[in-house]
Parts: sequence; structure tokens; C-alpha cells
Amino acid sequence: MGLFGKITFSSILQRIFGKKHAKIGIYGPPNVGKTTLANRILRDWTGDIMGSVSEIPHETRRAKWKKDVKIDNGNSSLVMDIVDTPGISTKVDFKEFMNTWGLSKDEARRRAKEATEGVIESIKWLEDIDGVLLVMDSTQDPFTQVNVTILGNLEARNLPVLIAANKIDVEESSPATLKSAFPQHPVVPISALTGYNADNLYTTMVKQFSKKKKKRR
Amino acid sequence: MTKKENGIAFNLISRHKLQELNTEDKLKFIIKEIKNGKILVLEQGLTPTEQTSLIQHTMKEIEHDTFIGFEMEGYGPDQPTFFQKILGMHKKPRITLIGPANLLKMVKKDNEMIQTMIISRSGAK
Ligand SMILES: Nc1nc2c(ncn2[C@@H]2O[C@H](COP(=O)(O)OP(=O)(O)OP(=O)(O)O)[C@@H](O)[C@H]2O)c(=O)[nH]1
Ligand SMILES: [Mg+2]
Repeated sequence: MGLFGKITFSSILQRIFGKKHAKIGIYGPPNVGKTTLANRILRDWTGDIMGSVSEIPHETRRAKWKKDVKIDNGNSSLVMDIVDTPGISTKVDFKEFMNTWGLSKDEARRRAKEATEGVIESIKWLEDIDGVLLVMDSTQDPFTQVNVTILGNLEARNLPVLIAANKIDVEESSPATLKSAFPQHPVVPISALTGYNADNLYTTMVKQFSKKKKKRR
Repeated sequence: MTKKENGIAFNLISRHKLQELNTEDKLKFIIKEIKNGKILVLEQGLTPTEQTSLIQHTMKEIEHDTFIGFEMEGYGPDQPTFFQKILGMHKKPRITLIGPANLLKMVKKDNEMIQTMIISRSGAK
């Protein structure tokens, strides 16, 4: 197998079956920049926008998707359906929306309620996805329970994952910490905000998500 | 009896009890305990699939003024050794601390220590 090389084999398959297609979920804790990154990807490859971005956590409370996004890295390409998911968390406190972000009590309660539904929706989508772009905030501690839980799930299902170490435009960011925390996965440092290193992310996405899912059963 | 004492219950749950319960009952038990304001140390933690189920169940239980979710901290499973892998041995979840998010706060976590803090009611915002 190894002698022929994967590229030849998969390019033959590609010629027979047509375009490669993969449903890719953008996952992560709230506020790490998932939607900013989704918007960046769509802007670069389709000219669209995925959704609204906010400094207030749980801005995305329903999953949104865009079909047939073709990402081309020069010598190969991949057509993806990109899903932007609500941030996953183990707690939602409406008081935080009031005290930290100045929302009214009603707004805060509504946002909290919708946020809990969003988390459930994100987890449901995991069943239906071929690969995950896991976004982390590289200004923060990488070993959060949500990151560990999501990664454990993907590993158990053998789904390909690519970690985007986001917000590297911020001075105190440390993408190297993320890299050493998760040595078993590819980690690409990026700024979704400025677009810095986006090309590298796209190349790695095509490479990582073109892999066929290893079937366990 | 302990209920009447003024303090926070902090219970160590044996591996034996956890292994006895199926996933559904295990999650129900954990949610019931943390909703009652207890902090649990699970001698054997949850599998990744159980963890996502726990998050889903918890989200349905959140009530604005009484329960805002949980904080859970533990170390990921040890990577199986080469021989364990070829023998098909599973990764075992390790000891895990879990409690209601309004009581238990993570302070710092690295490969050597997980630091948490219990917030006294008066101190909570
Ligand atoms: N400095 C910096 N800020 C960023 C970057 N990416 C996102 N942000 C900011 O981080 C905040 C959250 O961004 P979002 O894209 O809404 O984050 P999200 O992960 O979609 O959040 P939820 O939808 O709430 O789960 C916003 O204020 C963004 O402007 C980045 O690369 N650098
Ligand atoms: Mg978002």
C-alpha cells in the first residue's frame, strides 16, 4: 500500500467517484472565535458570511451551515459542507450575562435558555459529521474539560480532527502550549480576525479531511 | 443527618458503585447529587461519550436561580502502551472531581496538579 502512495490511490478514487465531499463541524468552547473563523473561510472561498460574532459568549445558539465550500490548496482540493456550531460548555449562568455583559434580566435569561439548547444541538451534530475543526483560544489554558471531552469523543469515533489555535494576534497568546498539550493532533496557529496563517490552515484542512475515516466496526 | 450540618458535602464514590451502574443511571445519580449541591470525587471518571451525555442532560436541567451546570476536572486516560493496544485493552477513565458550577471553580490545571476552589455561598456572586 505504502509504496503506491496515498495520493495516487485517492486521486484515482476521486476520478472515479467525482469530487471528494466532507461535512466538517467547527467546534469548541464559547467565544474562542468559531464564527469569526467560519466567516473567514466563507469570505475567502465563497464570498458569504456565516453568522454574527460577539465578545459576549454564546453568540451562536443555533448551528448554521454552508454547503459545497470548495477549498483549493494548489495541487488538491476538497469540497466541504461547513457547520458552525454553538459553543459547548458545562455551565450557563444568566447572571454572568447581566453582571459582566450588561444585558437586562430578560435578555440574559433568554440568552441563557437558548445557550443551553445550543449546546445540546452542537453535541447532536457530532453524530452527523465527518471531521472536526476544533477551535481553541491560544491565550487560554488548553486543558479545559470541554476540549478534553470533545477530543475524547472524536478519538473514540476515529474522526479526523484539526486544532486551530486561534487569536495568535494577541500578544499573550501561546500556540506552542496548545501544540505540546495535544501532540497527537495537528495544530495550526491562526488569527481568524486578521487572517494570519489562514493559507496554512486551508492546506492542512484539505490534507486532514481528505483522509478516509478509519472504520472501527 | 449530614444535611443538618452547615457545610458542603464532599463524597468519594467508589469505582465499584460506578461500575455497577449503567450509563443512564450513573448520569442520573451524578446529576441528582450535584443538583443537591454535593461535590463528588469519582474514583473512576466518565468515558468521553458519557461526558458528552452528561453535558446534554445537564443543559436540560439548568434552572436560572438554582442550578447553572457543573464543573468537572480530571486527567485524560493514560495512553495505552503498545502491548495494551495490541491486546485491545481500553483506556480507563481516571479519578475525577465534579460539582455544581456555583460551588466548584477550577483554578489551574496542568499535568501535575489540578487546583480547584470551593466557593462559600456568601462569597459567590
Ligand atoms: N484578537 C482576536 N480576537 C478574535 C479572534 N477571533 C475571534 N475573536 C474575537 O473573539 C470574540 C468571539 O468571537 P466569535 O467568533 O463570536 O466566537 P465563537 O467561538 O463563535 O463564540 P460562540 O458563538 O459564542 O460560541 C469576538 O469578540 C471576536 O472578535 C482572533 O483571531 N483574534
Ligand atoms: Mg459563534
